[in-house]
Amino acid sequence: MAILVNEKTRVLIQGITGREGRTRTKLMKEYGTNVVAGVTPGKGGDEVFGIPVFDTIEEAWEKKGPFDASVIFVPAPLVKDAALEAIENGIKLLVLIPDRVPIYDVLEIVQYANEKNAKFVGPNTLGLLSPGKAILGMIGGRAETARQWFKPGFVGVCSRSGGITSAISYYLTQKGLGQSTIVHVGGDPIIGLSLPEIIKLFEEDEHTKLIVMFGEIGTTQEERVADLIEKGEITKPIIAFIGGKAAKSGTRFSHAGAIIEGSRGSYESKVKRLKEAGVHIVDTFMDISKKALEISRNL
Amino acid sequence: MARLYEYQSKELLKNNGIKIPQGKVASSPEEVYLIAKEIGKPIALKIQVWITGRADLGGIKFAQNPEEAREISKKFFGMKVKNFIVEKVLVEEKLNIEKEFFAGLIIDDAKKSPLIIFSSVGGTGIEEIAKEHPTKISKHYISLLKGFKPYEARNLVRKTGVSGKLLLKISNILVQLYKVAIKYDARSLEVNPLVLTSEQEVIAADCHLVVDDYAVFRHPELGIEIAREFDRPATELEKIAYQVEEKDYRGTFYFFQMIEKPNSKENYIGFHGAGGGGSMMSMDAVLNRGFKLANYCDTSGNPPASKVYRAAKIILSQPNIIGYFASGSGVASQEQFHSARGFVKAFTEENLSIPAVIRLGGNYEEKAIEILSTYLKNILGSVEGYGRDDSPDFCAKRLNKLIEEGGRIIHKVNPIKEFHEPEDAYSFETLTGKIFIDHKKCVKCKTKGCIEECVYGVLKLENSKPVLSIDPMEVKKGRCTECLACEIFCQFHEQKAIYIHLPIPGLKEYRETLLRNKE
Repeated sequence: MAILVNEKTRVLIQGITGREGRTRTKLMKEYGTNVVAGVTPGKGGDEVFGIPVFDTIEEAWEKKGPFDASVIFVPAPLVKDAALEAIENGIKLLVLIPDRVPIYDVLEIVQYANEKNAKFVGPNTLGLLSPGKAILGMIGGRAETARQWFKPGFVGVCSRSGGITSAISYYLTQKGLGQSTIVHVGGDPIIGLSLPEIIKLFEEDEHTKLIVMFGEIGTTQEERVADLIEKGEITKPIIAFIGGKAAKSGTRFSHAGAIIEGSRGSYESKVKRLKEAGVHIVDTFMDISKKALEISRNL
Repeated sequence: MARLYEYQSKELLKNNGIKIPQGKVASSPEEVYLIAKEIGKPIALKIQVWITGRADLGGIKFAQNPEEAREISKKFFGMKVKNFIVEKVLVEEKLNIEKEFFAGLIIDDAKKSPLIIFSSVGGTGIEEIAKEHPTKISKHYISLLKGFKPYEARNLVRKTGVSGKLLLKISNILVQLYKVAIKYDARSLEVNPLVLTSEQEVIAADCHLVVDDYAVFRHPELGIEIAREFDRPATELEKIAYQVEEKDYRGTFYFFQMIEKPNSKENYIGFHGAGGGGSMMSMDAVLNRGFKLANYCDTSGNPPASKVYRAAKIILSQPNIIGYFASGSGVASQEQFHSARGFVKAFTEENLSIPAVIRLGGNYEEKAIEILSTYLKNILGSVEGYGRDDSPDFCAKRLNKLIEEGGRIIHKVNPIKEFHEPEDAYSFETLTGKIFIDHKKCVKCKTKGCIEECVYGVLKLENSKPVLSIDPMEVKKGRCTECLACEIFCQFHEQKAIYIHLPIPGLKEYRETLLRNKE
């Protein structure tokens, strides 16, 4: 009833002793995530909320392994090293939380991950959450609110904006629609699992019946979703909202991925492609949950 | 800015073994004359702006001799092209062009790989070339682990119909181009045109390199002033804002101006978003209400109150706005009361006279809204706080209503008073500021509420006065998160003994200039 993460997923946290690492470890653990160990080079032997900390993943693996996923909270310039360490050690799912990771570092992580058959979410992500099961990252902020905002159900949610990921899911919950998994793919131009890849996972997940996607200007993710639908690889209904209608070309709006380059990636071109492919495009954000309710009645 | 000028980009090519035309950049007609004289050949003059199609805009001209070059350049300096004022002109030998090509590298988000593109037809944009001459264009995805091999470059060039010595020359250049891209973390690199001269040399006649914003820290040698993607040079206020962002790694503060001088007749508002998607959605909501944005701003990623405070102060350095609109995704994971306190401090200091609508939905939003309504009820402008169940559209409507009811007040920028450190106050430094506690005033304090407000445990009581409970170095390194809770409590409920000084370098001078120019 979920993609990528559930209550059984054995989780490692890299950068567990830092300001964000510590706070979000508390969230993940209290929510019920199976957090097994942490790594911070130089802090081996410490404990964070009862979770043992090691200097290296190799050592952590020897004593507490195996790990299915690693959530990375180290500063942006160190993300590449941390990610490669995780991939080398055989971890198959990484979540790269930090913002401002240099693009060539991400490209390198992509290639190593491909070689070792690993996947990653991010960078610049709040992470993902399977309601009632587990959190990888920081969605929800506190376990108490995460439990209140997100409920188990059949809607798969994916978004290029962190706050919007939570917002969509919260408004769905308000309408009585629970979620299978909610994924913030990250706001950067180059990311691990992008919208089309997440949507394919939702397609394969038998419990996901309806998909909600928040796209925005820049990159080709939304266009690729349209391509997949036209090729028949995605058949489940999709509701989409595209942000940045008013954005002008050549200027970046917050997310590094949110920039229109030439005629590529504009609001109009994305909406046109998605509509052609049969995606339900809503014009205002608040219509997402209304539309979801309408469609789910006929499922 | 992470875009480099043509002359800077070319310098990088030259340092990495790619031929460029002989020449130098000039800042005055006199310099143009001297450089032209040194070259001693017919001259090409090119304005240095981040705009393509300069030739069509009259920004590229040729001269036969140094005198003519100087005359032409007199019209160039100070010329306005789109959003740019020309300050620099590139003076180069005029090439004898036999043929033009296109070479470029971009990062393809679908394949998640650098993509090198070569076309044996040059001149126009690559999109047009691809349309008109599909067989003359060739692409290759580069493996970062393997690198870009010379034989791959040769295969690439061959596919466009080029052969022999020319193939060899061009493929060598492509390999070098890739090295330049990697070395300088190029988000994109374009040589258009790459030319074959009648002397049979292959030369990069133009070049544009855009450095990845996130990698600018690796390249102090490039002297990039502000790592942001704009289609114009940064404004003074943007530079001030960028300094704030650069000096504080906690959370993100992104700011740019949509217009440098908003006029009071149109409905400009100060815009303060939170989170990329939430900001864009909120922006669309106010634009749909007929407002115009003076600026775009986004404080997110769990910024401390001090960062939100500085953002608000910078937004309120824009005259003639008629409202302040802050709104994020509505369901933020971060504790929203930090932002609320940032707004309280900024709006109180400014004695804000225009209405503000602040949508702080998310974790602890009830507390955040309460902070706004409790502490901002006595300032001139009406401030309303909203949460996750109030849509951006509804909030934009509220702002409209408040502006109407308040009689459309126009924001005036206040001067910032010179800051003098209070004498004999107890003080300590924080990550980006300094906290002063006037212990004389603490004598009358009954509640000692500042201690309780300091959830990070930085303060303790000693002889009934608040002092640091931990090593000052730890505080300066960030143990005090500058949450502003102690100050707000003391200012509103007690003796006004605590003051937190959060400097914004350059803002005082900026406002002075603004006010002087108005007079």
